[in-house]
Amino acid sequence: MTAYILRRLLAMIPILFGVTFLTFAMINLIPGSPVLRLRDNPKIRPEAAIELERQLGLDKPWPERYVTWLGDLAHGDLGVSLYNRLPVADRIWSVIPNTLLLAVLSLVFALVIAVPLGVYAAVKHRSLFDNIATVSGVAMFAIPDVWLALVLVWVFALKAKDLGLPSLPVGGMVDPRGGGDFGDRVKHLILPMVALSLAQIGGWSAIIRSSMLEVLSNDFVRTAKAKGLSDRVVYYVHAFKPAFITLLTLVGLALPGLIGGAIIIETIFAWPGMGRLTFEAIGRRDYTMIMATTLMFAVLTMASNLLTDVMYVSLDPRIRLD
Amino acid sequence: MARTTTGERDLNVDRDVQRARDDTPALATPLRPSPIPATPTLSAYADAETLDGVLDRAALRRTPGLYTRAWRIFRANKVSMTALVILIAIVIFVLSAGLISTYVTGFTAAENHLSDKLKPVMTDGYILGSDGNGRDVLTRLAYGGRVSLMIAALAALALFFIGGLVGLISGYAGGKTDTILMRIVDVLLSIPTLPLLILVASLFAPGPVGLAFWIAVISWAGIARLFRGETLSLRGRDYVDAARALGASNARIVMKHIVPNLVPLLVIYTSLSLPGLMLAETGLSFLGVGVQVPTPSWGNMLGDGQQFFRTNFSLVLIPGLMIYITSLSMYLVGNGLRDAFDPKLTQ
Repeated sequence: MTAYILRRLLAMIPILFGVTFLTFAMINLIPGSPVLRLRDNPKIRPEAAIELERQLGLDKPWPERYVTWLGDLAHGDLGVSLYNRLPVADRIWSVIPNTLLLAVLSLVFALVIAVPLGVYAAVKHRSLFDNIATVSGVAMFAIPDVWLALVLVWVFALKAKDLGLPSLPVGGMVDPRGGGDFGDRVKHLILPMVALSLAQIGGWSAIIRSSMLEVLSNDFVRTAKAKGLSDRVVYYVHAFKPAFITLLTLVGLALPGLIGGAIIIETIFAWPGMGRLTFEAIGRRDYTMIMATTLMFAVLTMASNLLTDVMYVSLDPRIRLD
Repeated sequence: MARTTTGERDLNVDRDVQRARDDTPALATPLRPSPIPATPTLSAYADAETLDGVLDRAALRRTPGLYTRAWRIFRANKVSMTALVILIAIVIFVLSAGLISTYVTGFTAAENHLSDKLKPVMTDGYILGSDGNGRDVLTRLAYGGRVSLMIAALAALALFFIGGLVGLISGYAGGKTDTILMRIVDVLLSIPTLPLLILVASLFAPGPVGLAFWIAVISWAGIARLFRGETLSLRGRDYVDAARALGASNARIVMKHIVPNLVPLLVIYTSLSLPGLMLAETGLSFLGVGVQVPTPSWGNMLGDGQQFFRTNFSLVLIPGLMIYITSLSMYLVGNGLRDAFDPKLTQ
């Protein structure tokens, strides 16, 4: 297992080269630079802009700058932001926990709702419950997340407040006016978490339902029933495990999507995370920050893929490492 | 490839082709008429007839083909048929944007009446109200839908052209070509799509057609992997070996024996990827890096309406509902197509 993990980690290196090279090439092949805009500014002397460009190292050809960037990275240096000259790494480390908190909690929330829903729908195959669960699953899966977030804010923050009902806060992680205790943090999490996980609930409940149905048609389920085990034990112990392993692979693959896809949710809810940071950096043409967040996204994606495979291998005895 | 008991190659190629067909499951039944005119296309239905000792060639020719059968299954699925009808209605609505503008609303999409800002629904001739710039929402909804749906459709087309081609080449050629192409796929799959799309869209500032192109360029990797797997499995089928034994060139094998069998998969995944592509446009336009105003799209109408969230929620509700209904119908049609082409996939 250790050898397998090591081999996978080594295989990540060329992929990371590819990802960073592609991104670096793309942001640099496009005409315009953060400094170029200053040249059009009448208040700034053209010489000053050129001097600034030289100081930031932007006057050199981009392949040379890519090599410099890689060299710095090898020393653990992600560079300074072109926007405010603060170290990029500090900023990223301060937002990563927020993004992971939101993504992981959404994932757990989605599983907690989707798994019982899907399993019960499979156990009660072709019942009214099954039909309702299937239809609402598709309805949840197809919902546009942007719109869902806005509707949630409107209903639970604006309308609830107007009607004098208990309402949920929107924007940020804590209340700036003396918030920050546990209850306040939880309240701020609810809406973005629901907005981010609803589509997953729809998708995953359908998947666990169909894999559960497949497992239930196996001989070992009949054997378990035949030897007198209760339905409850057969469904929720014997059949559940293989069905859940199938779902697990998809959960791992969804994590990068939750992290990357959180950009819209983070923007709407003013959540200080990676997505919002990336979006701001792109708007400011902050090349070093864009490179650093892309690298982080890639590392998180590959790490979650690896984690999925490792879990898969350790949970399913039929799968052997080659 | 079948061999005779003596170990010599069986020269009765006709029978070989026949046997290969019999071994092939329903989905992989060759879709084109056989190159050998006398050979009837056998299906499970025809098999039953042969067993009865009745081999009526005319009846065999009337055996429904893959698409006829799929359409029959699809037509029987009430949910998917309803979704298809809704989808067609939406397409007609957006295509008749010009007629709606001339005969129903009397406004053009860009026409703004600053004195008529933020009219509620059904007031002063604004059927669905007016937006923050005094533009008619219904007119913009029709024109915006045209842009949003066009982007989704173009992106799907480009996606399947790029992804399908890469998958086909990778799966059929194998070896070094396969390794290199799959490394590229790995790289693309390691970058989350949305951040990369935002980056590209804001740096290149493409128009609607360019946006569709970029969405496709960034999201083809998953499809390529899928098609590679399918091509690999088709390449190993007996009837492909049979065709090669008959002296068919690579080009012929790919075009006549592999591509036609990839088409059902293509149809299913196109319809299932359409809503995702449309939602990508919506998200980008909402953030202000997709379709740029004054060109309307459902996404930028949503982003525009967000400013008047508190007072005029209909500006958010209406385009959002259109996006939701469209994506829901696309998924339901896609699910119906999947069931229709491969009943084994679903219970």
